[in-house]
Amino acid sequence: MGSIFNLQQVVNGLQLGSIYALIALGYTMVYGIVRLINFAHGDFFMIGAYAAYGAFFLFNAVLGGSGLPMAGIALVLAMAASGGVALLTNRLAYKPLRYKPKLSSLITAIGVSMLIEYLFSAIPFIGPSFRAFPDILPSRPIQIGPNATISTHALIDIGVAAVLMIGLTVLVRHTALGKAMRAVSQDKDAAKLMGIDVEKVIAWTFLIGGSFAGAAGLLAGMTYPRIFPFMGILPGLKAFIAAVLGGIGNIPGAVLGAYIMGVAETFATAYNSLLGEGIAFAILIVVLLVRPRGILGEKSADKI
Amino acid sequence: MKRTLSIVALAMLVALALVSCAPKGPAEIVIGGVGPVSGEAATFGKSTQEGCELAVEEWNAKGGVLGQQIKLVYEDDKGDAAEGAAVWTKLIQQDKVVAIVGTVMSKVSLAGAPISEQYGVPMISPTSTNPAVTFADGKLREFVFRACFIDPFQGTVGAKFAFDDLGARKAAAIFDVGNDYTKGLSEFFRDTFIALGGEIVAFEAHATGATDFKAQLTKIVQAKPDVVYISDYYNDVALIAKQLRELGFTGPLVGGDGWDSPDLVKLGGEAVENGFFTNHYSKDDTRPEVQDFVKKYTAKFGAAPDALATLAYDAMNIMLDAIARAGSTEGVKIRDALKATDFAAVSGRTMFDEQHNPVKAAAIIEIKGGQQVYRTTVAP
Repeated sequence: MGSIFNLQQVVNGLQLGSIYALIALGYTMVYGIVRLINFAHGDFFMIGAYAAYGAFFLFNAVLGGSGLPMAGIALVLAMAASGGVALLTNRLAYKPLRYKPKLSSLITAIGVSMLIEYLFSAIPFIGPSFRAFPDILPSRPIQIGPNATISTHALIDIGVAAVLMIGLTVLVRHTALGKAMRAVSQDKDAAKLMGIDVEKVIAWTFLIGGSFAGAAGLLAGMTYPRIFPFMGILPGLKAFIAAVLGGIGNIPGAVLGAYIMGVAETFATAYNSLLGEGIAFAILIVVLLVRPRGILGEKSADKI
Repeated sequence: MKRTLSIVALAMLVALALVSCAPKGPAEIVIGGVGPVSGEAATFGKSTQEGCELAVEEWNAKGGVLGQQIKLVYEDDKGDAAEGAAVWTKLIQQDKVVAIVGTVMSKVSLAGAPISEQYGVPMISPTSTNPAVTFADGKLREFVFRACFIDPFQGTVGAKFAFDDLGARKAAAIFDVGNDYTKGLSEFFRDTFIALGGEIVAFEAHATGATDFKAQLTKIVQAKPDVVYISDYYNDVALIAKQLRELGFTGPLVGGDGWDSPDLVKLGGEAVENGFFTNHYSKDDTRPEVQDFVKKYTAKFGAAPDALATLAYDAMNIMLDAIARAGSTEGVKIRDALKATDFAAVSGRTMFDEQHNPVKAAAIIEIKGGQQVYRTTVAP
């Protein structure tokens, strides 16, 4: 038992949870604004990882293979690429269906997801096989207790996630855009009557949510340096469950849900590796049966 | 109008039938090849395909086999058992191959072997080391052979190396729970290590396709082993090694032939230093057959051959040699010729025992300075 519930495993869970948190934030933001579960969100995560990989190849000669400048450029490119693709899918796939039945948007989201995955598999220099993610910031363990270490990768994962989450909170609470986002998520039509350009706010939401997924992609590529076009499916699904756990549509809820998910998955895997794989889905079933609105979510009539 | 149409259709059908009855080109012998060209161990597939191609090219240059040129049809099993079964059936039924050289992964060979048995098409796996491929449920698979040693031997070599050479008394192991090869190999390692007097302090499984092993590795590190046995393929080994080092483990790592890939160091970097694995061959082996082969292969493909390529080359040569000795392409005759094989393969002299397994030595390779360095050979 001691090898399951101990400080090291908690650290492991927090590291995993940070990556889930960044992805879950995108899910929850988009749901909050347009009541759409964007199943393609996991693929924005994948695009971020590949964009960072590409950044390495473009700037390797100039900046050297590892170090902060390289990592910085990779982060910027990953977030830009994912945010850009998110913006594009909103414009091309979701906007035309904005005022049509919700089911159409849902199915379209699944279609977009598969399109991105198979497109990336087919492009030869991205390709279907695994790719080794370059060692952009080598990892070193730091002793934090008699029996626990935290690696520099874990610190970076938790740190970057924290910074981005704080940035988002500032955006949502203290800027005009944030206020508009909160307004649109409360009541889209009333916001329009108040003179808010709803489509523009939605576009910004996709951009920010997508770029967070891209950042998560870079962190995942760095921490688990093996990328392939379908890498977004499972993390995307788990992050979605995390968002549901915390209350879909609720930003702090997404973060809470993600960290709970990360720690739970780590403990479960330590007990039995197959249980670890299934625990996310077990959590989903329990949440939907016991408290469908999630931990911090508000009661609402129906959610598809 | 209708009548004219039906006459025209009938004429076209007749013409088509006549055309397809036209005589074909000179007869060829079709051999099938199967490997994981894409998927979790893509370098394995690439290497085995190259090894097969080199062998076929050499035979064809010398006039082919039984007076006919050899055509190699190489298929991708994607490292998946279901895909492997489909590909096996396709090769036998559609391409009408007389023999199959394949495949790499034990879990896929286990899917293809029953199909070979069913159709009586002999197969030789270059690298599947799980014993059940040739001998399952107390029965020998008549048409299935392999060119490599098997895991009971490989696990034993690994355990002895860890105990005697590395001086380890406490070992931990991690393996892929959904992969027969890794599971079997870890179990053989464990049994021998315990029999030698060592202690297994942790025996952890991970799900197939997982990328985060921290939970299990934390348990391993906290049990304080002297050595960790990682029986996975190179992709997973690299990630596991990295995460082990991140958790503070500095001891040696030992593994099996699944480590053999240029991508191991690419993915694992410094984490796989002080790593050792049992393998079928080493390019540093001074025997002339080995050096000859290394030269030929490097000239054609631009890089030194790994064990996968070498064994594929050997397996293809063994199969073609058997067909030549059988004097026929009939499955049963080829099988009998295979049983009587005594072939000087690059990876060592190959003769099959009653379970269609060759008795061969293992090489131990160390990862030092980002290179594969030959350490020693262990005879059975």
